[in-house]
Amino acid sequence: MSSFISFLINGISLGSVYAIIALGYTMVYGIAKMLNFAHGDVIMVGGYVVFVASSTYGLPIWLSIVLSVVVCTVLGITIERIAYKPLRGASSLSVLITAIGVSYFLQNAALIIFGADTKSFNSVVDFPSISLMGGKVIISDETIVTIVVCILVMVLLTTFINKTKTGQAMLAVSADRGAATLMGINVNKTIAVTFAIGSGLAAIAGVLLCSAYPVLSSTTGSMPGIKAFTAAVFGGIGSIPGAMIGGILLGVIENLSKAYISSQLSDPIVFGILIILLLFKPSGLMGKQIQEKV
Amino acid sequence: MEDILNVKDLNVYYGVIHAIKNVSFHVGKGEIVTLIGANGAGKTTTLQTITGLVQAKSGEVDYEGQNITKVPGYKLVSMGMAHVPEGRRVFADLTVYQNLMLGAYTRKDKDGVEADLHAVYDRFPRLLERKEQRTGTLSGGEQQMLAMGRALMSKPKLLLLDEPSMGLSPIYVNEIFEIIKKINSDGVTVLLVEQNAKKALSIANRAYVLETGKIVLEGEAGALMEDPKVKSAYLSE
Repeated sequence: MSSFISFLINGISLGSVYAIIALGYTMVYGIAKMLNFAHGDVIMVGGYVVFVASSTYGLPIWLSIVLSVVVCTVLGITIERIAYKPLRGASSLSVLITAIGVSYFLQNAALIIFGADTKSFNSVVDFPSISLMGGKVIISDETIVTIVVCILVMVLLTTFINKTKTGQAMLAVSADRGAATLMGINVNKTIAVTFAIGSGLAAIAGVLLCSAYPVLSSTTGSMPGIKAFTAAVFGGIGSIPGAMIGGILLGVIENLSKAYISSQLSDPIVFGILIILLLFKPSGLMGKQIQEKV
Repeated sequence: MEDILNVKDLNVYYGVIHAIKNVSFHVGKGEIVTLIGANGAGKTTTLQTITGLVQAKSGEVDYEGQNITKVPGYKLVSMGMAHVPEGRRVFADLTVYQNLMLGAYTRKDKDGVEADLHAVYDRFPRLLERKEQRTGTLSGGEQQMLAMGRALMSKPKLLLLDEPSMGLSPIYVNEIFEIIKKINSDGVTVLLVEQNAKKALSIANRAYVLETGKIVLEGEAGALMEDPKVKSAYLSE
């Protein structure tokens, strides 16, 4: 029982990272109607910025994190501006291929700049682990911080979208670009803001991920990126609560199957469950059924 | 009378299809002007070109004496132009209140927005009753009222209405046209696109008849109602 609880909590923590990444996928999909496959690699950039800032330049850890969020936000806006904006109105296939191109570009740029050897990342959180149930369940500091950050992100993002003008503009653009324009909303600016938020969140996810799994290489972001994308589809792509629930479920399923079934089979199990879910609910857990309006 | 809108030699293409052919017309301050014509005549395209949703190949659109042909669509709202699109296009997942506030997106005067919100609720009491309701649950007539209320929230000088009567029951149609008349008498200039020519001509000052992308007739609304060509093509019962 106690080991189950600790697997479960670790699963929620891993899922929280997926959820934060999945938010970036789902928001960009909802508003720009594209799959930004370079999103996972922004995580890796976020990790490297913290690594270089704190290990090489000796900056305090909080400043390194802030710097990482700033760099990734700017990177997200730049990618959108240079690679995706010129393709507004192009077929979704062209945009998809461009996104894959951007992903390879970021990975290889990191390979050139930081080299092929993996860096060992020092955790950004440092306080004692918590033991529960008389020491039978030990929860690491990284696990707690990750879960807390995830809850914070969710609350802040929901408040931002429901309470601010920019948030409402994002909902309007997501629902109907033309109608949003008629409200006086600058669609291009709104899409840029969405990329900025998604990429800023990716930086945070990168820091959390590298703290929990302290190796950093140019492909660090790929697998979590794909998992988070799966989580976004699982929850219903385009839906913010869906991304959260999808991410956490995915993390829990992955961790429990690693613990009780097999670590090699955990990924096939995760993707298998996704396929089964999509057979019965093609738009994901919280996704909207798209209906033609007459 | 001073013109608020002046459209000169407008040409619009969809690919190779020449949808709008040398269309010129003007709207005077305070008028109700209507563009009537059959389905596919180019009425909606004309409105969409004015508000920047569709790009013109050539021609010019002047608004309050300023050439706005190249001004991006979203900037026209704060200049005082509001467009109620065909099919209403309200945000179905948002509440009535959220839709109305999006209409006031460009405005910074909080007190003015609050006052206009009350004015819209006064004009459309049903929207007040349903203000916390998801817009998708509203009837067609209520959605049309919301779309018009949403446009009024931007405090427009010129209101472009695209087929406000489309798909509505006759009771709603009469109500909507009464409301348009009232909005106009409160000082808002109206450019109205309609398939329901009889209703449109009954409230308009002047009218233009569009046929396959060309203006074929124009004049005082009352005179056009008596025109034998208009009568046989658009007013036959």
